[in-house]
Amino acid sequence: MNKTSEGYTRKLKHQRIFRFTICTVFCIIALLPFLLLVMNATRSSDAIKSGISLIPSTNFLTNWKNLMIKQNGMQITLQKAALNSLKITVPGTALAVYFSSLTAYGIYVYDFKFKKLAWAFIMAIMMVPSQISVIGFYRFMLDLGLVDTYVPLIIPTIASPAVVFFMKQYMEASLSKEMIEAARIDGSGEFHTFNTIILPIMKPAVATQAIFQFIAQWNNLFTPTIMLTTDSKKTLPMFVQLLSSNQFRTDYGVVYVGLFVTIIPLVIVYLILSKYIVAGVALGGVKG
Amino acid sequence: MGKKKRKRVNYGRYGYFFIAPFFITYLLFQLWPLINTFYYSTLSYYKRNGREFVSFAGLQNFINVLGLSAGERAYVISYLKNTLIMWGCNFIPQILVSLLLAVWLTDQKVKVKGTGVMKVIVYLPSIITAASVSVLFKALFSQYGPITQTLKNWGLLSSNFDFLSTVAGSRGLISLILWWMWFGNTTLLLISGVLGIDPGLFEAADIDGATGFKKFRYITLPLLKPIMLYTLVTSAIGGLQMYDIPALFNVPETGLVGLPDDKTTTMAMYIMRLYNSDVGKAAAVSVILFIVTLIVSLILFASMRDKDEKKIRKGGGHA
Repeated sequence: MNKTSEGYTRKLKHQRIFRFTICTVFCIIALLPFLLLVMNATRSSDAIKSGISLIPSTNFLTNWKNLMIKQNGMQITLQKAALNSLKITVPGTALAVYFSSLTAYGIYVYDFKFKKLAWAFIMAIMMVPSQISVIGFYRFMLDLGLVDTYVPLIIPTIASPAVVFFMKQYMEASLSKEMIEAARIDGSGEFHTFNTIILPIMKPAVATQAIFQFIAQWNNLFTPTIMLTTDSKKTLPMFVQLLSSNQFRTDYGVVYVGLFVTIIPLVIVYLILSKYIVAGVALGGVKG
Repeated sequence: MGKKKRKRVNYGRYGYFFIAPFFITYLLFQLWPLINTFYYSTLSYYKRNGREFVSFAGLQNFINVLGLSAGERAYVISYLKNTLIMWGCNFIPQILVSLLLAVWLTDQKVKVKGTGVMKVIVYLPSIITAASVSVLFKALFSQYGPITQTLKNWGLLSSNFDFLSTVAGSRGLISLILWWMWFGNTTLLLISGVLGIDPGLFEAADIDGATGFKKFRYITLPLLKPIMLYTLVTSAIGGLQMYDIPALFNVPETGLVGLPDDKTTTMAMYIMRLYNSDVGKAAAVSVILFIVTLIVSLILFASMRDKDEKKIRKGGGHA
């Protein structure tokens, strides 16, 4: 009680201002590169070379035009690369989310002999990184004639252990088995129940995991670099790789505008969906 | 009774149908390639007249990549060292900053304003394409990049200084990028950990007159240990596979060599360099990476389990 004196409240206030300042500094650090990116995308190459400036200039369209002209001499254009990334990421995300829900549901709802073993297996492989088996994977795809197609980048997402884990956690918290029993009495088949009753209930979890899967697959560079050889099939991160090549070494404005169009749309989508994303990160971590 | 039992057995088999696509895909596209990677690591591949010849090599690939035979350099050792240094220099500041932010942003007594917005801002870097981030930082910190130029204008750097030509500068910047990308993610994970702690504990400590630091030292820190270990394990595993950032940051156009002097080349970059030219060697590097990853995670998990057992022996523990 004696602590609620005036001195104590003042100390608390100082503490609050101090902490707010430090936290704000880290927020500025997180934002500064984006800010410099946006500003530099609007400046001429010579202006960029002279140092940091937080005042936008008028060269954005010139830089953009230069990029559009220059990229014709490159292996792939920005637009084509973005389209290719979509062609891989959209089906990949859909498969990952659908089959992970299916797998989690199978383990959560049914009692079968290898249920425990299956779950233990999924937990065990959750952290095995795919880079480790990439040599065997590449040779296997070579044998099947699937190198330089999108199949090896899309189909394997059916087995996404981390998504299964998340889905099962969610089902345990929010799916009652009585509902499934009721559907059975109504004569609904098992797969029909899953597709028409369970999936709609799982919508929040499906949406969260779809966002994370989309981001992860969209940003992937390692596997596409190994699998894709034809220039016209390359993805957006591979286009970014071209931006850092010699032909742009002095064309800073063009590099920044190229980065701008690969980064800023992601930032905008993130800001729109941030509520779900931030909540999703926390949920994924509770497994402890 | 009998009818009910038969019914349950009937439904049980649907479990297999539901999990079948996952397991078939996993066995085909992950496990089978993994087994084959082990197998390929014992083979020697060489090309002649465009045709590939294969012969059994035993452990020769391992001996070669570890630099144990004449004329071979110990690439694996130096690349593993590069990878671990760059990961470590990012992780230690990352966990410290994240811990600080997580504790401050959840403190119910000294309520900081705008925590919701701050959480959104610090997480933003982790969703951006690593390739783009790497090229962006390279552009900002290159010899005539705006940040380098500004530091020169302020007289903090000599006029011909170049971060990318020094080992410390190049590795340091890669660590900085990793730190920048991931400290927000770790902060959010730790925040969810702090929020999972029973608020009654803090209230009891307040009644006992505990200072902020004492509460942190004796309540927050011990109870956050499992989630910090989880962060450490996932970050270490991810760090060992590090590719996108070093592969785009400071490499010449002629090949995947992390400049300067091969000091920023990682294990995954080495695999990428070999996968087409020397399958046996690439597989051997993958196997070594697998073993290192396994050892690291087992050590970390073992230390986690020890803590749990002690807790159980004490009769407490509700993790």
